[in-house]
Parts: sequence; structure tokens; C-alpha cells
Amino acid sequence: MTAPAPHTRASDAAAGLPGDSWRVRDTAMWLVPVAAYVAFPDHLVLGSQIVITALFALSLDIILGYAGIVSLGHAAYFGVGAYTAGLLAAHGWGEPLTGLVAAGAVAAAAGCATSFLVIRGGALTQLMITLGIGLLLFEAANRASHLTGGVDGLSDVHMWRVLGVFRFDLAGKVGYVYSLVVGLAAFLGVRRILCSPFGLSLRAIREGAVRMQALGAPVARRLVAAFSLAAALAGVAGGLLAQTTQFVALDVLSFPRSAAVLIMLVLGGAGRIYGAFIGAGLFMLMQDYLARRDVMYWQLWIGLLLVAVVLFGRGGVLGLAEALRDRLRRAG
Amino acid sequence: MLAPFLSVLFDGVAYGSLLFVISVGMSVTLGLMRFVNLAHGAFAMFGGYAAQVLVTRWGLSLFTALPVVLVGFTGIGALCERLLYRRVSRDRPLDQVLFTIGLAFIATALATWIWGPTPRRIALPDALTGQLHVLGVDLGVYRLFLIGMVVVITGSLYVLIERTRLGAQLRAAVDRPDAAAGLGIPVDRVFTMSFAIGTGMAAVGGALGVDVLGLDPQFPFRYMVYFLLVVVVGGAGSIVGSAVAAIALGVFDVVGKYYVPGAGAFLIYAAMVALLLIFPHGLIRRAR
Repeated sequence: MTAPAPHTRASDAAAGLPGDSWRVRDTAMWLVPVAAYVAFPDHLVLGSQIVITALFALSLDIILGYAGIVSLGHAAYFGVGAYTAGLLAAHGWGEPLTGLVAAGAVAAAAGCATSFLVIRGGALTQLMITLGIGLLLFEAANRASHLTGGVDGLSDVHMWRVLGVFRFDLAGKVGYVYSLVVGLAAFLGVRRILCSPFGLSLRAIREGAVRMQALGAPVARRLVAAFSLAAALAGVAGGLLAQTTQFVALDVLSFPRSAAVLIMLVLGGAGRIYGAFIGAGLFMLMQDYLARRDVMYWQLWIGLLLVAVVLFGRGGVLGLAEALRDRLRRAG
Repeated sequence: MLAPFLSVLFDGVAYGSLLFVISVGMSVTLGLMRFVNLAHGAFAMFGGYAAQVLVTRWGLSLFTALPVVLVGFTGIGALCERLLYRRVSRDRPLDQVLFTIGLAFIATALATWIWGPTPRRIALPDALTGQLHVLGVDLGVYRLFLIGMVVVITGSLYVLIERTRLGAQLRAAVDRPDAAAGLGIPVDRVFTMSFAIGTGMAAVGGALGVDVLGLDPQFPFRYMVYFLLVVVVGGAGSIVGSAVAAIALGVFDVVGKYYVPGAGAFLIYAAMVALLLIFPHGLIRRAR
């Protein structure tokens, strides 16, 4: 890292502020999924799921890690995006990119509409309201089975070729690359936004909403914007899942999905731009490995990890790495 | 026409009574100690399993098993508060949520490991089976017993909080923890004791409810929303509010399932969001 005065860099790192410039770290991070494409050609379906889940976790990071809004129902927007993309394709419009845009737009509208309910209260009220909204949408989709397929899922999703050239294949090659490219574009966009004055004001609101209000910042409007942005990104992630799997299961809206994404983000480190990616990667790989042996092991491990993160590892994996680096630097 | 409706209403009240016994401890923890304990249902589940083991393996009657469960789980609750819950900050609801979801996962895994994934049943004493015919309405004796237990428990809790020294200390500690500590009230110990009592009651509720709520390792997650609903709608820390909310929820749920089966849980969740928006502090606010 070539950097200005050490103290600014250290404080930036402590605050988790992502630099907007592309650094070695970024290249290293994004080489991992590229290498995975070459190294594990038989596991690309799992690979695209990881990329999609990472995007979903990143969307939660916008509101949780940066704006400080807690949510137990973020899967609502993931599901809205998934059903939007899935229904479009099922009813004759299988063009992937416009489908994704539509998924993001509808989810953003849903996020904007519900954000007014969410941002009013304290953390506890937010948890309850988001939980309630998530459960409501799940039940609504469950009941509207003529539209969504209900518990059987929405299965006649027929996608056209990406850009009119690449057909989604069974091995998941095109799906993986497609998810990865969309993921990279979304990542760059989100990072740009989070480094902007708007992103900084979100962090300021998280640290002291009353003071920001006193400074004249439109706190409620900023939070609505952040929530809608997060919902849009969650919708894009959901749309990606619907398009690459050509199927929408009811569980895109389920409470376990909301809980899992929260767990991933906290495991990886909330408020740190790569926390979502590391958390999603670790979580999905562990889940794949442990749940294949026995679901019980998986639940036990995830429970122990959560307890450990809260008790000892504030900041998740990245938080631990930062603490370790700071200690080494002080020692050296 | 009226008699079947009264029957359903009665079932709803009994179901709501159970919800109240289990969630009142959670309400106390949340209202008094500002701790969101999503693993509260796990105590109810383990209470149910404990009663099941006591009744089927050790041959105790349910009547003798209940006090054993109450005392045992009050102790376990005190231990958990001292060893686990105390370590999580009261000012960070997100940490509490994650921590207690983690505990609920562990509880589910443990229960699956010990008792297997299939639901368990418990033998009711003969005195609690059968029906009573009152004014042409069939009332299950067991459900009458449940409602009676709730009246007894609510009464004891009221006396405990309003008439005893511990209750006075608890109310003081909740309203002004610093001032209470300054006056020599052992705030920490008071909190531990209230947590322990809440745990014991959840376990009793779980033991009582095996026949109505079912008993399997998914219990903590299946009823998490219901307990939360009772606490949030009733107003955290308010015993009367919890009782009203629990019974309303029970009636609403049972009557809804009976008369509008298509709506499913939708009505419950819609009611939850609406009530939260209209009454952010619960239906009955604690008078300060």
C-alpha cells in the first residue's frame, strides 16, 4: 500500500472507509472468483450462488453497516426482485439485462414504499417491523400461488441468451460469468456511492442521527434513499438468482434467508466493503460442506459461530484481521 | 350457531393463555432489562422435553413434574443469565438478536441430537382428559386447566411485583437503575432473579403446552414470531398488556384458522405490522 500520512490511513482502516481507487487488495479479492472458475469447473452453480449471496449481503451492508438500520426481513426485497425477473421471463420477456433492471427497479420501489415504516423507530422497532414485512410478503407470495406457484415454486422461467449471444448452460458457466460481471459492476457502483458525501453522511447518521439533524442534514430522506438503494441491490441479486437457476422457490422470501444474510454480514464484518463477500463465501462453503453431512452439525456450528462473534469477535473476520494488523504494526 | 363459536373462542383463549405463560418472561427481560431474547422459546422447548422425560421415563405425574420443571429451570435461567446473557451489552439490540438466534440454533441442534427430530407427546393425567358440558358448550378439561393456571400465574406475578420487596426493587431498578443502585438495591441480582423466574415460567409453559403447541426441535423458531408479537404488542415489561395481547393473539389465530382458513398467518402478520405502527410502545403503556 502506497499511502499518505500513516495516521490518516490507520483511521480510515479503523473506520472501515473504503478507498474509491482500485488497489492491489481489490485485484487480489476479485482474482479469487476468477481463479475459482478455472480451478473448480464442476462447482460453478455453487459459485454463482456465492456471488449472488455476496451481492445480497452487500446490499444489507448498505443499510446495516453504513446507515445503521437493522433488518430481520431483508429477503423481502431479494424475493421481490427474484419474482419480478422470474415472472417477466415466465410471461415471455426472457431478456436477462432488462430483466435485472426491472428486478432492481421494482425492489427499489418496494423498498422506498416500506422504508417510511422502517426508519421511524429505534433498533428494536426496526427489527420487528422488518421481520413483519418479510413475513407478510412470504405469506402473500404463498397465498398468491396462481401467480407465484406457491410452495411448488415458479418453474417455467425461460431465459434468452445474454446479450443475444451466450446461452445459459447446464454447467452454469454463463450463469457464473454473468453473475460475476454484474456483481463487479454493482460493487464498483456501491463503493462509489459509499465514498461519496452521501455515503459519508449515512455513516454520520449511524453515529449520531440527532446531531446530523441539528447540522441540517435531511436524515429521514437520506435513510429512505439508502434503504431504497439497498432494496434495489437486493432485488438485482434476487433477479440474478431467478435468471441463473431459471426457477424461483418460495424460500427467496423466507425468514431463514433474512437471518442467514445478516449472519454472513456479521461474520464477514459489517461496515467493511468486503465483509459481505468474505462472510458470504465462508458461510456458503461451510453450509455446503457441513449441511451435506448433517443439517444438525450445520445448525450447531452456525450457532456457535454467532455466539463467538458477538462475545469475542466484534467486526467479524475482517475486524479480527484489522485488530491483528494493528497489533503487528504496533509491535513492529 | 353460537355453541361452536364459543367452543372455538374457548380454544383460542386456552391457546393464548399458553402463549402468555411462555412469553411473559421474555416481556420482563425486554421491558426491564432491555434485552431481546429470541432464544426464549428454547427454554420453553427444553421445559417440554424435561417434563416429557420426567413423565414417561421416571413415571411422575404431570402435576408433580411441573413444580420440578419450574424450580429446575429457574436455576438454569439464573445460571444462563450469569454466564451468557450478562456478557452481551444492553445497548446493542443487534448483538442481542444475533447472540440469541445463535443460542436458538444451538438449542435446536442439541434437541435434535438428544431427542431426535420427530415430535414428542406427553401423557396427560386422567384428571385432565375428557370434556365438560356447560350450557351446551363442550369444554376440554385440559384447556380449562390451562386457563386456570394462567389466572394463578398472573395473580402470583402481580403479587410478586406489586406487593413484595423484590417487586419493589425490580420496579425501582427498571425506572432508574442508577438511582436504585445508589440506594443500595442490588440491581444486578434483581435482574438475574427476574430473568430466572421468566425462564422458569417459560419452561412450565412449554411443559403445559406439549399437547397444544407440539414439541420438536424446531419449536424455538416456529413460535419465535408469536412470542415476539405478544411482547411487542402487549408492551415490553407490561404483564397485563402481555396477557391481553397473548389472549387476543390466541383467539385471533384460532378463530382465523377456523373461519378464514385461506388467509393463514397473513392476518397475524398484517395485524402485527399495523399494531406496531399505531402503537410503537405497545397497547398498554407502563405507567411511569
